[in-house]
Amino acid sequence: MSASVLSQRGGRWLPEIIVLLLLIALPFGFAAAFSSVDLLSRILLWGLFGIGFDLLFGYSGLLSFGQSAFYGTGGFITAYLLTSHVLSNVWLAIVAGVVAASLFSLVVGFLALRRVGLYFAMITLAFAQLSYFVENSPLAQWTGGENGLPGVTFPVIHLGPVYFAFSSSWRIYELIATLFFFGYVLARFIVCSPVGAVLSGIRQNANRTAALGHSVPGYKLSAFVLAAAYAGLAGALLGIFQNYMPPDAFSLDTSAQLVLQSVIGGVGTLLGPAIGAAVWLFLRSELQQIPGIGALWMFILGAIFVLLVTLLRKGLYGALIGLWRPAAERRSPQRAPPLQVARPRPAAPPIPRSAGSAAAAALEARAVSKGYGGIRAVTEVSLAVPAGEIYAVIGPNGAGKSTFLRLLSGEETPDAGRILLSGHDITGHGVTAVNRAGIAKSYQINQLFTDLTARQNLRIAALGRARGTLRLDVFRRADGIAAVEQSIAGLIDELGLADSADLPVATLAYGEKRRIELGLALATQPSVLLLDEPLAGLAPGERQEIIRLIRRLAEGRTIVLVEHDMDAVFALAARIMVMHEGGPLAEGTPAEIRRNPQVRRAYLGGVAAHVDA
Amino acid sequence: MPTAAQFLSQAFSGFAFGSLLALVSSGLTIIFGTLGFVNFAHGAMFMLGAYAAFVVLAHTHSFILALLAGAAVLLVVAVVLERGLIRFFYARPPEDQLLVTFGLSVMLVEGMRFFFGSDSQRVSPPAWGDGIVNFFGLFYYPLYRVEVIGIAAVFLLALYVLLYHTSLGLTVRAGIEDRLMVGLLGIDVRRMFLIVFAVGAIAAGVAGVIYAPMTAVIPDMGTPFLVEAFVVVVIGGLGSFGGAIVGGLVVGELLSLTTVFAPSYSQASIYAVMTLVLVMRPRGLFGAPGRV
Repeated sequence: MSASVLSQRGGRWLPEIIVLLLLIALPFGFAAAFSSVDLLSRILLWGLFGIGFDLLFGYSGLLSFGQSAFYGTGGFITAYLLTSHVLSNVWLAIVAGVVAASLFSLVVGFLALRRVGLYFAMITLAFAQLSYFVENSPLAQWTGGENGLPGVTFPVIHLGPVYFAFSSSWRIYELIATLFFFGYVLARFIVCSPVGAVLSGIRQNANRTAALGHSVPGYKLSAFVLAAAYAGLAGALLGIFQNYMPPDAFSLDTSAQLVLQSVIGGVGTLLGPAIGAAVWLFLRSELQQIPGIGALWMFILGAIFVLLVTLLRKGLYGALIGLWRPAAERRSPQRAPPLQVARPRPAAPPIPRSAGSAAAAALEARAVSKGYGGIRAVTEVSLAVPAGEIYAVIGPNGAGKSTFLRLLSGEETPDAGRILLSGHDITGHGVTAVNRAGIAKSYQINQLFTDLTARQNLRIAALGRARGTLRLDVFRRADGIAAVEQSIAGLIDELGLADSADLPVATLAYGEKRRIELGLALATQPSVLLLDEPLAGLAPGERQEIIRLIRRLAEGRTIVLVEHDMDAVFALAARIMVMHEGGPLAEGTPAEIRRNPQVRRAYLGGVAAHVDA
Repeated sequence: MPTAAQFLSQAFSGFAFGSLLALVSSGLTIIFGTLGFVNFAHGAMFMLGAYAAFVVLAHTHSFILALLAGAAVLLVVAVVLERGLIRFFYARPPEDQLLVTFGLSVMLVEGMRFFFGSDSQRVSPPAWGDGIVNFFGLFYYPLYRVEVIGIAAVFLLALYVLLYHTSLGLTVRAGIEDRLMVGLLGIDVRRMFLIVFAVGAIAAGVAGVIYAPMTAVIPDMGTPFLVEAFVVVVIGGLGSFGGAIVGGLVVGELLSLTTVFAPSYSQASIYAVMTLVLVMRPRGLFGAPGRV
């Protein structure tokens, strides 16, 4: 967020320019203060390592405690190739190290990313330990075991008459600073690209991101491999920088130091890890010389860390930006009115995809069933909705309506039965593929990306439609795809969100969030829209507004609606199915349902008391 | 080819180590099962127990007193940390919980380093554990390591009784199944969380006391144990008490027996097995489906 604030104020390239100037100016300060630029080189090495980690944790929300595995792999592959004289070209050896780290991460990521949260952190940690012990003993004859590999050579540039050796402290600094800069620029591209938008979606709500047609496993693995490539590069440079590759690059302490530094400096900022590294290395070298408290430098770091984790998620970087940003900007912009009548759009509604054969229903379910353990949530429910129809599913709480909708949306796979979209079988394809096929769902409980603005929320949804499930278009800007921006603008207009489109969703009123929830589903341009209690929690005025909106959306779209508001259901739906205890109780036109004695007994008789529940 | 005596002796070492690992891991798994988060400071708590043993045994030579001191230290630490910090993290994402306990772990380790230095401290086994036993004329074995199995078993049994045969255990296990429901039933969940956190921490501390005479006591000694406990709970199933015990013994034997056949792969072997379990059965051997 801070980075985007910077770019809005001072042009797109301001962060890059500032970093470049710092990289040029800082070494003179360090050389004067510490009589060597080595400390700064070391900070940048950790910073480079940290940029990758930040893309993984800060942007994608994946906390790995095993980055040392890739740092060590990159370092030792490069060091081995050079010290054993398999390769004499240092550049090639560095590339080999980065490639090796990336390939290793592909394997680890494939296994570790099957789990989330705690499990993911523990599995990555265990893999790092595995690599540490493998390096230490079975591979000792190549890696030097506990001794590491001394004598890693420095790279040279040799082009005809030009000969340039990166042999001294200053030359090595120039090498590391250059690679850090390019690493930073690349990361900035990624963060600002559609890939970055999807990754931030995954961090905030992975399930919703998947439901919007993005391949969450694919993007996670990409982020993981990318982070490993950064780690591998930093590891390769470490051996060159120190002229020696230490085995503790693989150790748990390395991963732990990376996590500590990044959180202290601030995650989700790209530069935070470098700031954290500066604090770490500075405290270690300076605090240690103070008698009495010198031995406590790590304790103090630990305390700072706990404090920052508890109170300040953007770390020191966030605190610095907070100070620097003028107070006026921090003031939250004017609140939008909670409800506003949407202007009817003169433009035609979005054209649905795949009209399908005329005979096939737009959406069809054939005797689908779903049970959890011994409980049967949905039993042999069928429906066939013709294109352009609004079809409502009603029934008392616990009747299985929401589960049925989850089966239709592909979030869950039925135990039996089939689901067809325009005659094509989509059973068991998963929520991402089902969304791509043209079904989108708006949830009973808002599933939004709360740190982002309404526009950014809708963008994540629209990007899936425009780019496919997985695409690594990192050199494109997320907000630079004209078709996407146009459809978002149209949606914002249609949903009456014009005044609040650029405010963080967390600050909006419930009614606005509800409309964004609906908008997320719409932005994927579905031919079939599933609405799970779209009116839940809304005030009467807002309900009328949404009902009008749903009617408008039905032009050219098929809608399946689950709702407790009977007035709305009977006003909107062409056909209604009543569910009771997991099974279908009755199906028919509103008039038929109203007359049905079974329905009256099981449900509608008592509905008066629940209408406003 | 190793002799039968060598093999048996290693198998025995694995059993002793595994029983301690089971005790540490059961603490980790109880905390996870109830509170829903992994305590990264668990290894540091184990280390605190070992230092408590070092201090007490240096002055009194009473092992019982050392056990009591270890339990008392961990009780105090657990109450202070849970009330002072950790309870504010129950509602936060798992990553935050991991980070904050990791930070606490750094503080505990570095705090101990400040007071005791980085040098390794030796703790002698209690008088009744001094000596060696001859096993069926096959091999000699330090007496204390035989007794360790018994002591760890007693504590595991105590944990079992506490969890499965008391009303507290009933609510804790109910809390593992459905935290919200237990709260709705009018049970003080906050008090239960505090007790569970303390019990888990004490399990780690007691294991530290028992382990102290077998090793060099240093501030960093908890880290390998923590990582191995992670492996144990991933293999056994996070949140499963039985899984922690079986997993602990499996990992202990793996570490020990592989040293007979392929010493350089000993440490790596447990991670290889963990990977295998993750691929074949992601929820672990005894983990309930659908958790995590």
